[in-house]
Amino acid sequence: MSEGGDAVAAEQTVIMDNSGIKRALTRISHEILERNKGLSDVVLIGIRSGGAHLAEQIGSIIKVIEGEQVLVGAVDITLYRDDVSGHLPHHPVGKTDIPFSLEGKNVVLVDDVLFTGRTIRAAMDALMDHGRPQSIQLAVLIDRGHRELPIRADFVGRNVPTSLKENVAVLFDEKHLSLEVVLEK
Amino acid sequence: MAEFRHKDIIALRDLTKEEIELLLSTAESMREINNRDIKKVPTLRGKTIINLFYEASTRTRTSFEIAGKRLSADTVNITTSSSSTTKGETLADTALNLLAMKPDIIVMRHSVSGSHYFLSGKMPGCSIINAGDGTHEHPSQGLLDMLTMKDRFGRLDGLKVAIVGDITHSRVARSNIQGLTKLGSQVFLAGPPTMMPPGAERLGNVTVCDTMKEAIQDADVVMMLRIQQERQGKTLMPNAREYSRYFGLNAQNLKLAKPDAMVMHPGPINRGVEMSSYVVDGPQSHILKQVENGVAVRMSMLYHVCGGELE
Repeated sequence: MSEGGDAVAAEQTVIMDNSGIKRALTRISHEILERNKGLSDVVLIGIRSGGAHLAEQIGSIIKVIEGEQVLVGAVDITLYRDDVSGHLPHHPVGKTDIPFSLEGKNVVLVDDVLFTGRTIRAAMDALMDHGRPQSIQLAVLIDRGHRELPIRADFVGRNVPTSLKENVAVLFDEKHLSLEVVLEK
Repeated sequence: MAEFRHKDIIALRDLTKEEIELLLSTAESMREINNRDIKKVPTLRGKTIINLFYEASTRTRTSFEIAGKRLSADTVNITTSSSSTTKGETLADTALNLLAMKPDIIVMRHSVSGSHYFLSGKMPGCSIINAGDGTHEHPSQGLLDMLTMKDRFGRLDGLKVAIVGDITHSRVARSNIQGLTKLGSQVFLAGPPTMMPPGAERLGNVTVCDTMKEAIQDADVVMMLRIQQERQGKTLMPNAREYSRYFGLNAQNLKLAKPDAMVMHPGPINRGVEMSSYVVDGPQSHILKQVENGVAVRMSMLYHVCGGELE
């Protein structure tokens, strides 16, 4: 609890500003192109909702670099979560939107914050139900540690050591463009 | 964001506007699964669903069964013709025996209105979904009808919906009236006086019309109901031809509705009685779309009752 205040409102610190996010996404875009030697058979799939917005932004940056539009889709992992059996009101189910085949593709899965790895596990299961990709790579804006599954990212915007009590959030504006990354205590 | 906190779905009357909207938006997301090569998600793995049908059904039972399977639940069907009901077992005893086998959801159709409320009280720890009870409600049909209208018009608010036929015996009409009026549609009812329940105007925010023409004039949606010979006495209509002349939908009177009006029917259709084949198979018919949406709507219902609070 913070001193003096009501201690209800979380204390927020900006750990990455708008231009910092842009630079990180630009570097990730270059790394994706370098690793895959161009764009052939590369598709981006963002995890709803933050990752889907970032995938769109990476798609636009790649278009500027390569002059070519990469296929971008979105996956909602709600139905693949490992905590749905409890009797809590269920999470609202978002739309999975992958209007192309993943067969033989090199899929770059995009998420905003990598934490326990459970979301990524669910997303990979969801992707496998859409066909058999050649490979799945993982791009995240923030890696905050505390993995509970053997999962690591291939492309990382920034590593942010955190405690389990903290929360990292990527904030977006109403046009789904990323604004800043905040650490909440 | 709305939350769904009910253990059971027995009637749309019991749900709020926000809860109905949540069920519909979840169904829209579920639809993607039904168009894939691998039509299955692991969400309800390990859950057991019993489909208990005391009345005949093709669409609803198959649709609930497919919905459960696509969510990875184990589904078991019981039809009364092959169950202990024929040996004289009461509903309460059947329920207690099924409960001993620890199902998570029971989907039931029964000829007695309100039987699900009776059952729900006897089954703590198990969700009850109504697949049609007597002349009371048929919530999954109401929801899939609303989803089909929403697909076509992008909204339900302000739509003029005509429901024509045997209102007295129609649980489909009651669920649609409850749901549609909560979401802001205007509902107009028409049917022979013998098939219009006394106090029909009190079913909800509806307009009761004397003639079919009045109801379907400028309608966005024309929903025709089946003549339910199994529920009616013999005295409600002189004969099918006369019924068809006054309350049947055909190419002529469909012109009274808006030019892009959609035609719906909950099935099974009595061709040539409530609708001419020309209309059933015509370009304005959305009947098969209704069936398609049925699976997604039922997946949404199964998903949300599993997250509901147990009393």
